[in-house]
Amino acid sequence: MSELAKQGGRQLALIALFAVLVACVPLATRSGTVLNFVMMALYATLLAQAWNILGGFGGQFSFGHALFFGTGAYIQAIAQLQGGINAWVALALAILGAALAGLFVGALSFRYGLKGSYFALVTLAFAEVFRILALSVPFTGGGVGLMVPLRESAANLQFGSRSGYLWLVLGFVVAALLLSWWLRRSRFGAYLQAVRDNEDAARAVGVNPFRIKLAAIGLSGAFMGAAGAFYVQVFQYIDPGIAYGASTSVEALVAAIVGGMGTLWGPVLGAVVLHVLADLTRNLFGELPGINMVIYGVVLVLIVIFLPRGIAGLGLSARELWKGGRHG
Amino acid sequence: MAEPLLQLSGISRSFGGLKAVQDVSLAVPEGRLCALIGPNGAGKTTLFALMSGFLRPDSGTVRFAGQDITGREPHRNALLGMTRTFQIVKPFAAQTVRENIAVGAHLHVRGRAQALAQAEHVAQWVGLAPQLDKPASDLTVAGRKRLELARALATRPRLLLLDEVLAGLNPQEIAEMMPVVRSIADSGVTVLMIEHVMQAVMHLAEHVWVLAQGRLIAEGSPAQVTSDEKVVEAYLGHGTAARLRKANAAVEVAL
Amino acid sequence: MFEPSILFPSVLNGLTTGAVYALIALGLTLIYGVLHIINFAHGACLMLALYAVYFLKERLGIDPYLALPVVVPGMFALGYGLQRIVINRAGHGKDENILLATLGIAIVMENLALIFFKSDTRNIDTAYSLSTVAIGPAMIAVPKLVAFAGALVVSALLFWIMGRTDLGRAIRAVAKEKEGAKLMGIDVDHVYAMSFGIGLACLGAAACFLLPAYYVNPQVGGGFVLVAFTIVVLGGMGSFVGALVGGLLVGVVESLGGLYLGESLGQIGIFAIFIGVVLFRPEGMFGARA
Repeated sequence: MSELAKQGGRQLALIALFAVLVACVPLATRSGTVLNFVMMALYATLLAQAWNILGGFGGQFSFGHALFFGTGAYIQAIAQLQGGINAWVALALAILGAALAGLFVGALSFRYGLKGSYFALVTLAFAEVFRILALSVPFTGGGVGLMVPLRESAANLQFGSRSGYLWLVLGFVVAALLLSWWLRRSRFGAYLQAVRDNEDAARAVGVNPFRIKLAAIGLSGAFMGAAGAFYVQVFQYIDPGIAYGASTSVEALVAAIVGGMGTLWGPVLGAVVLHVLADLTRNLFGELPGINMVIYGVVLVLIVIFLPRGIAGLGLSARELWKGGRHG
Repeated sequence: MAEPLLQLSGISRSFGGLKAVQDVSLAVPEGRLCALIGPNGAGKTTLFALMSGFLRPDSGTVRFAGQDITGREPHRNALLGMTRTFQIVKPFAAQTVRENIAVGAHLHVRGRAQALAQAEHVAQWVGLAPQLDKPASDLTVAGRKRLELARALATRPRLLLLDEVLAGLNPQEIAEMMPVVRSIADSGVTVLMIEHVMQAVMHLAEHVWVLAQGRLIAEGSPAQVTSDEKVVEAYLGHGTAARLRKANAAVEVAL
Repeated sequence: MFEPSILFPSVLNGLTTGAVYALIALGLTLIYGVLHIINFAHGACLMLALYAVYFLKERLGIDPYLALPVVVPGMFALGYGLQRIVINRAGHGKDENILLATLGIAIVMENLALIFFKSDTRNIDTAYSLSTVAIGPAMIAVPKLVAFAGALVVSALLFWIMGRTDLGRAIRAVAKEKEGAKLMGIDVDHVYAMSFGIGLACLGAAACFLLPAYYVNPQVGGGFVLVAFTIVVLGGMGSFVGALVGGLLVGVVESLGGLYLGESLGQIGIFAIFIGVVLFRPEGMFGARA
């Protein structure tokens, strides 16, 4: 068996192990606190993984990823409230809608060759526009937001205990893990990373950067949309600030960067670390509005200065040193 | 005679007021190793960009493998069989040598394992085999030039545009690289290289074009072109050819 | 609806706001032109400056205009320190990293302000807050007029510094050709920090002119950031004249937009301009074609 296949097999096994272990948590404990903690950590992971697809693997830094989150969230809420559509169908619609939002922003931005800071700012501008629109338009409930009424049943995507939600978000996280695994060993993934590392060189050897980036932002948007729809089902509420606000965008990108961009487990590591930090600060300072974001901001700056490859990068550096030592 | 693989007709391109390339026409025959030379700033790299689609010409046409490809995107031209390298190398710094070359290989190969295997073959061809698992950022200048070459080679091009692949190399590295370029041409790939290293041009090129201030001023065999007065003047300045002649004549008289 | 008696005051008000916007954008342009970084923390820094002016008035009774000699050097020092200590270290050669670093700084500043000052909107009362002056059919608030004049004066000062002083020459040298400037003995790190400092000093001045006619809360930075960027791209990245003209233009557009579309939707107008310019004419009005 080739080295590539062996490595791939090992990583798949690890993903499977992760999935099984986490899935067993609700079987091992009834504690609401623990289940909630794990569920929210998985949610944070999903956000980071979504951003990582476009930002980490694709090298396109979006500062307005909440755009896709909010689109998914509002579709989930509005489809049920005003369309009478079943929650699971709404979920599919939300994911699709968010992917389309991604394709829209991507088509505009990449067609005109936006990169780097310009792209980051434009995505932020789009998110802000949607936030203001959501505030002003009646069918989103305006500033008051939308509430999805409580009607507990699995068919309605509302679970009595946290377990159901945990398994749902775990499903998305595993799907994102599998996608990331595939990105690291497929032609599409190779092309995506080539565009990230040097777009001109990629073009010279046959890569179509527009199509590749477009596909990446569509996939990234889809996962953000799933996260948004998930949020609505768990909290049964959405408003423009939560949907399109900066905090969701920031959470996604900081976790991905802290964990290690463009890696398989980076987003997981980053999200868990930040989630633990947020929990610790809540225990120390109580519900102080803004304290979480201060921590995220400080961590972001520290990581950028001292550890630009993130936590996963530490592991990579260690492995490189090890390999270098063995072969001289 | 068979249609030339690459044909430029009246290619011109300006930037603001600067005429970078003016009315250049040339035909690259299939299967040969040719060179494009000229003093710095002559517009050689711009011409490569115009050929491969990184720049659109203001006027003129580019025909490749029987098709009009004027202004087509570089990736489409790569699919047709035209690949270029860059004067200032552009490695995928975060990736290994193997992964770098594999990106090129993927043009014709979908499977990852296959692409990586092909990358290994190409690396052996250009002499990069011992560095396959090193990150590209660890390579020396010579290594990066080889990588640039290997990645382009992996796309199985019909026409390979090499932009100063020998620049920045020391004499030993040049001596090692030249046979590699020759072997590429021998394998059937048409090679057009921009070069300043004259020994390479003299030894390798079968046909040479000379570009100066955006215009084609001479073409022919390496010997013909280097003894052309216009070419000497372009490199060494106006009136130099006449001065050299006089100096030579004076020496002959003295003898 | 398009009566001059409604349009004229709206345009005038827009110009006064626009002048302050221009001052904010000038700072951003300087930072971009010299360091080639997009200072994401620009809005947050303005917010801090506004709070400084606020507290100087509320706690020490210092009038905002008299606070200029305090706030401007203070902001300069903040900028110098930030660039020298934090931003300089974040580069690692990639533009994206610096963008992230300034984003991080912005987040920290905004949320520290939220923690310490709470989210209440505050404004100050001065003797002249409510006085107005008649210009033609329009009644323009005195603070706005002072803001207009002040912003133009400071802009002129900035132009003078850049054009006529040794520092300005050094800054322009570094902006044009960093390596060459280094070879000439210019301390590039120092120039970078000075430029960032001056950029934030502009914010200090803008804050002194802005607060009497405006307000402050921890979120104002965000609104100013996008407006400032819109101006900078509209005017042309790195063009001072562009920032000035762009600022006035955006001020007027915002005023008219607010008049006809209401405050929120009027804001969308600004974002639409930003997105439009970035996509379709990235070199703006005065910038060089890339």
